[in-house]
Amino acid sequence: MKAFADLYADLDETTSSSAKVLAMANYFKVTPPADAAWAVYFLSGRKPKQAVPSKRLRLWARELAGVDEWLFDECYEHVGDIAETIALLLPPAAKESDQPLADWVQNRLLPLRVMEEGLQKVAVTSAWLALNTRQRFVWNKLITGEFRVGVSQLLVVRALSQVTGLSTDVISHRLMGNWEPTPLFYSELMAPDTSDADVSRPYPFFLAHPLEGEPIALGPVEEWQAEWKWDGIRAQIVRRRGESFVWTRGEELVTDRYPELKRLADRLPDGTVLDGEILPWKEGVLPFGDLQKRIGRKTVSKKLLEEIPVVLMTYDLIEIAGADLREQPLSVRRRQLEAVVEQVADSALMLSPRLAFDSWDELIIQRQSSRDRRVEGMMLKRQNAPYRVGRVRGDWWKWKIEPFTVDAVLTAAQPGHGKRSGLYTDYTFGVWDDGKLVTFAKAYSGLTDAEIQQADTFVRANTLERFGPVRTVKPELVFELGFEGIQLSARHKSGIAVRFPRILRWRMDKPPEDADTLEQVKSLLLASKGDPIDVE
Amino acid sequence: MSEPLITLTGDGLYCPQGAFHIDPWNAAQYAVVTHAHSDHARAGSTQYLGATPGLPLLQSRLGTDANIRVIPYGEVLERNGVRISLHPAGHVLGSAQVRLECRGEVWVVTGDYKLAVDPTCSPFEPVRCHTLITESTFGLPIYRWDSNSDLMSRINSWWQTNKAAGKTSVIYAYSLGKAQRLMASVDSSVGSIFTHGAVENVTRAYRQSGVALPPTYPVNEVAPRTKPWVGGLVIAPPSAASSPWAKKFEPASDAVASGWMQVRGTRRRKAVDRGFAVSDHADWPGLLTVIKESGASRVLATHGFAQVLARYLREQGLDAGVIATRYGDEEEGAELAAEGEG
Repeated sequence: MKAFADLYADLDETTSSSAKVLAMANYFKVTPPADAAWAVYFLSGRKPKQAVPSKRLRLWARELAGVDEWLFDECYEHVGDIAETIALLLPPAAKESDQPLADWVQNRLLPLRVMEEGLQKVAVTSAWLALNTRQRFVWNKLITGEFRVGVSQLLVVRALSQVTGLSTDVISHRLMGNWEPTPLFYSELMAPDTSDADVSRPYPFFLAHPLEGEPIALGPVEEWQAEWKWDGIRAQIVRRRGESFVWTRGEELVTDRYPELKRLADRLPDGTVLDGEILPWKEGVLPFGDLQKRIGRKTVSKKLLEEIPVVLMTYDLIEIAGADLREQPLSVRRRQLEAVVEQVADSALMLSPRLAFDSWDELIIQRQSSRDRRVEGMMLKRQNAPYRVGRVRGDWWKWKIEPFTVDAVLTAAQPGHGKRSGLYTDYTFGVWDDGKLVTFAKAYSGLTDAEIQQADTFVRANTLERFGPVRTVKPELVFELGFEGIQLSARHKSGIAVRFPRILRWRMDKPPEDADTLEQVKSLLLASKGDPIDVE
Repeated sequence: MSEPLITLTGDGLYCPQGAFHIDPWNAAQYAVVTHAHSDHARAGSTQYLGATPGLPLLQSRLGTDANIRVIPYGEVLERNGVRISLHPAGHVLGSAQVRLECRGEVWVVTGDYKLAVDPTCSPFEPVRCHTLITESTFGLPIYRWDSNSDLMSRINSWWQTNKAAGKTSVIYAYSLGKAQRLMASVDSSVGSIFTHGAVENVTRAYRQSGVALPPTYPVNEVAPRTKPWVGGLVIAPPSAASSPWAKKFEPASDAVASGWMQVRGTRRRKAVDRGFAVSDHADWPGLLTVIKESGASRVLATHGFAQVLARYLREQGLDAGVIATRYGDEEEGAELAAEGEG
């Protein structure tokens, strides 16, 4: 635990990627496989579920530190993070434990979930007293299921690749899919023999870069393939040795949630991997909000299956007859993909059409129909490009349509977390309805550091009322918000829900009375052909 | 109760019986000064009183023509029937608590203080009183400093690691006090210590006062072409961070030494490689220890988390309140406003 907490602190404090990779590589070089397996597990974004509710942790921490609730709350408001507040408040450790990470996880952390409250309290408080402040922070994050560290999986892969001398592709591949953080797994991960590849494993996804500016910069039009950019869940369907797997880009195995896709996968020839987008589809694509109703459900009712069926809109073939196709050019993969789709002939397997165009201008015109088609814009893919690993610039571009925009008034704010703790960075916005401001969206991102400071100062100086951490403010500031979609919603006061709201810019030129009205916002519904969501 | 010994006026803390101010923020007739930091020692007053070890620092802050009288710690000076004495506060060289006694009533103004080990100044001495006016910059229980030796060994190992990687270590610390505490406490056998001009000026005054410090090399006096600072430790004021001046040390690892670095969010906002929670102020346990040892039945907190400390003390049965001086913004603003001196 000590070495892992030190590694966490090293990763947390530096902003340099190479320093992070170096810190991880140094850690893996000297760490025994049992601990290293858990470290890989946590660093690659996997985490145990919440073992103890944070309400209990607060209570026990207050008892142990002898701190009243109001004083705890003052500290929390200043720190902005429960796990950290607790770590800092507790009295110094009696004696620091040198128990290794795997021991901590297997013998102290995992059993917590099934303990009754009294035993949990003993286990948690005795753990606290065996850890220093930095270790407690990591421990608290782990038991509240909120462990996050500022490294991407790619950086972890680079560190492991440095330690083993294996290519990053091999490491990425071995890290995908379902695995248990055992010493055996770790030794397989680091094994020099690369002829492995577990049956279930998908390939690392090739991700597109956003296209800024016009596509003309991409060169001759003949070198490119264009498709719609579908608004669903990126997924790979894997069929190997008589077994089927559906993986999302979040590396979640979701085979059981989408029986339609399982059925289709079962019909694929052995040794096939398809890449595409899971879409809600009924004589055309349904709004993304509909798909959300399916995302969380582990078991799906017959009614829901009928109401919101899904398809795989496939656009790439990564493996056929057990052979890795990634080095083949897109044009070749596409031809074979078309053959597979035709051969399988399943209603849940659709082929993402190639758009016909002879000039970029033609494409620009077609792209204007995106919103009517309920797509996010276009994808531009280089015909002779291989299927690469991760977000590599140059061969795949996403060319999204402009977001919807609305000018809204800042009505409330609360302090952010992490890097932004102690600063008012989480904003609530309203639009006018009958002379009053009605809340219509919350947004967190989009301002520069200087603007964040400025907004923070405004919030502190113009507070009307305080509700816990939330302050309502004088309606004076206007911001242009962008969002990707809009739908009717019974759950929101304004009667609408927007997707991916974000701040585009601070409209310092606009007085609040010139901000948009709810009616204007609702008129965007027509443009988006949004259907009502969450009406049940 | 008779007239209070200290009141708050528009110019700062004032003793009506003795007709003098303590750390006034405007020009006054007679100013007792706790220490030489700019928010406590301001130019323009007719006469100043400070502690002997702080004289060179006060002179450089207030100007050589300022009328400064100094007395040794513990010596009593009487003014209009008020007995004034100064006692070590452990904050920076020459920093003092001000003890006032009049007709058996004793008040103490702590100024800024710390209990942590600091080889560059006299350690804090507890003083008994009836009323205590205490600073409360870090008046939250999450502020509990690691021991000086732990902190310094972390700084040393950061420095060593950087040196091994061929990098310069740049640490940002307040130029009066924190900088000298660092140079006196780090392991100077690791490498050479380089200073920013502002740090070097104060360091000279410290040496004049007889404080033993390792050799330092002013950055602007070494030949830049040879990059002599590679592998060394550069000490610079926070204002030099991300300035063109700091660019010349690349490849470098940078750090901030400040009590505010205790909190992860503040550390990350600073966007430096390391944050070391080295403070010249008292932490929460330190504040409580000093308050207890003073024996005061009445406590007034000022600067930083004054409201929180006062409420906590009231719950412990003390008569406690807040006195709104201008030594830093009150409450939440403190974290941004006071970073320089944390």
